[in-house]
Amino acid sequence: MGMTITQKILAEKSSQDEVKPGDIILADVDLAFANDVTAPISIDFVKKLGVEVFDKKKIALIPDHFTPNKDINSANQCKIMRDFVKEKNVPNYWETGEVGIEHALLPEQGYIKPGMLIVGADSHTCTHGALGAFATGMGSTDLGFAFATGKTWLRVPETIKFNYTGKKNRWVYGKDLILYTIGKIGVSGALYKSMEFTGSAIRELPIEERLTMCNMAIEAGGKNGIIQADELTDKYLAERGVKKEDYTVYKSDDTAEYSNIIDINLENIEPQVACPHLPENTKGISEIAKEDIKIDQAFIGSCTNGRISDLREAAKILKNNKVAKFVRLIIIPATVDIYRQALKEGLFDIFLNAGAVISTPTCGPCLGGYMGILADNEVGISTSNRNFVGRMGSSKSFLYLSSPSIAAASAITGKISSPEEVLK
Amino acid sequence: MKLRGKAWKFGDNVDTDVIIPARYLNTSDEKSLAEHCMEDIDKDFVKKISKGDIIVAGYNFGSGSSREHAPIAIKASGISCVIAKDFARIFYRNSFNMGLPILESKEAVDDIKETDEIEVDIDTGIIKNITTDKEYKSNPIPKFMQELINSGGLFGYAKKLLNI
Repeated sequence: MGMTITQKILAEKSSQDEVKPGDIILADVDLAFANDVTAPISIDFVKKLGVEVFDKKKIALIPDHFTPNKDINSANQCKIMRDFVKEKNVPNYWETGEVGIEHALLPEQGYIKPGMLIVGADSHTCTHGALGAFATGMGSTDLGFAFATGKTWLRVPETIKFNYTGKKNRWVYGKDLILYTIGKIGVSGALYKSMEFTGSAIRELPIEERLTMCNMAIEAGGKNGIIQADELTDKYLAERGVKKEDYTVYKSDDTAEYSNIIDINLENIEPQVACPHLPENTKGISEIAKEDIKIDQAFIGSCTNGRISDLREAAKILKNNKVAKFVRLIIIPATVDIYRQALKEGLFDIFLNAGAVISTPTCGPCLGGYMGILADNEVGISTSNRNFVGRMGSSKSFLYLSSPSIAAASAITGKISSPEEVLK
Repeated sequence: MKLRGKAWKFGDNVDTDVIIPARYLNTSDEKSLAEHCMEDIDKDFVKKISKGDIIVAGYNFGSGSSREHAPIAIKASGISCVIAKDFARIFYRNSFNMGLPILESKEAVDDIKETDEIEVDIDTGIIKNITTDKEYKSNPIPKFMQELINSGGLFGYAKKLLNI
């Protein structure tokens, strides 16, 4: 029987010729990382064992959630990380001023390569599958185990193949494809499973939009999202100084077994919005724009949509426009490089002229941490990944998810709107 | 090991953001986390439960974030066990790692009513409803997870692997 990309990577990393769905394996980890929310417990695990980390070059500590420190407790969490990094001399650490959101930073800086096995103490670790790696999120204790032993235990998942064909409609991005997909299969539609995104439309999809798609695999319950590396991946990696001989590209066999194959024709997909309080509550923009949903805040950023292409798309809509009265538009470039690039391209002028506020890189508002919290009964639209009850602040607030262009258009009109309404 | 307490019922897709909202994640202290357990879905939850009580919920319990603070908060609040139709996978791993007993049983969840007195035998996976005198089976714990528990959880397993 043939194997999927996921099976091939897991077989390689557990030194076996073949693995089957349901097998439990102990696999070698190529990269293990944690953030300021999750790392302190992982560090405690390593300290209690009284060992060194398995390979300091293969671990990363990324204080991105509540930095610059939002309060004393957060500052203490970061201090635990910093002290550990100093003590163990860990090279992969980024201080405030260098740090970005982990799932934007790691691929951008060339840390993610096809064929790797990556574990992170953050559920959106599945983002990195976009470059043909196996990447999955875990808890802090599992990460502590990986830091100490260089290994992780995994149940080999079944794989669902999502086959995307056809051309994208205007204002449709990777974000819309994944929202549409989650709307179709539900928030537990891929529970414990691997989501393999393939088809002619994926081959044409830019890397940043692929990262957005894999980022949200967890929102369907998936263990990982994965896209076979191709010429676009090679080009993305070459731009980051990663040589082709430094990675292995795995492809699913024609005879690989899938638990399900789902065909999606892009011609049927219009820009999507997920309504409160689940990412599966999706509607097309033409339907939701009729509902006249007034917003108090729009947020453009996060590990899902805080990359340069996202900011460029937002700028197209915001140029020569003004944010509606009493609406807050918060824009957070996901990394320092993205921040610098946006500044260089003049995007900041466009944002500031529109009345947006621009923050330094942080996860901040996405998880209701800080830098843009919703009050009781307020309505927000966000380019992030989750709209659970209380996710961005008050448990009585309402959160909608969309692409940056819809979030930008909605900030201008003050209600959930199609970009078409702004760029007439 | 037997656990006994009142059932507190929840629906499908109880996510980690309602189990422990991120605004409280600036600490790993279990007592502080426990004070806010389930606060955004039931603000009186912590006040009304007694030690040993059991959460009974639908599908996809623990969906969302990888925060281990979720099972930590539940356990430290005094809840002895979670019975659900199924669990989100990261929460499932985390619960074993944190020593929070969790069981999957569709029949138990469908039949148990709020505040029914429940007894769970962790070793056999048998769930008894003392109030209605009914018995339900849960899905057996996978063999590997059982081994993990027997070797003292992930910590013991790490020690074994590293020969320490």
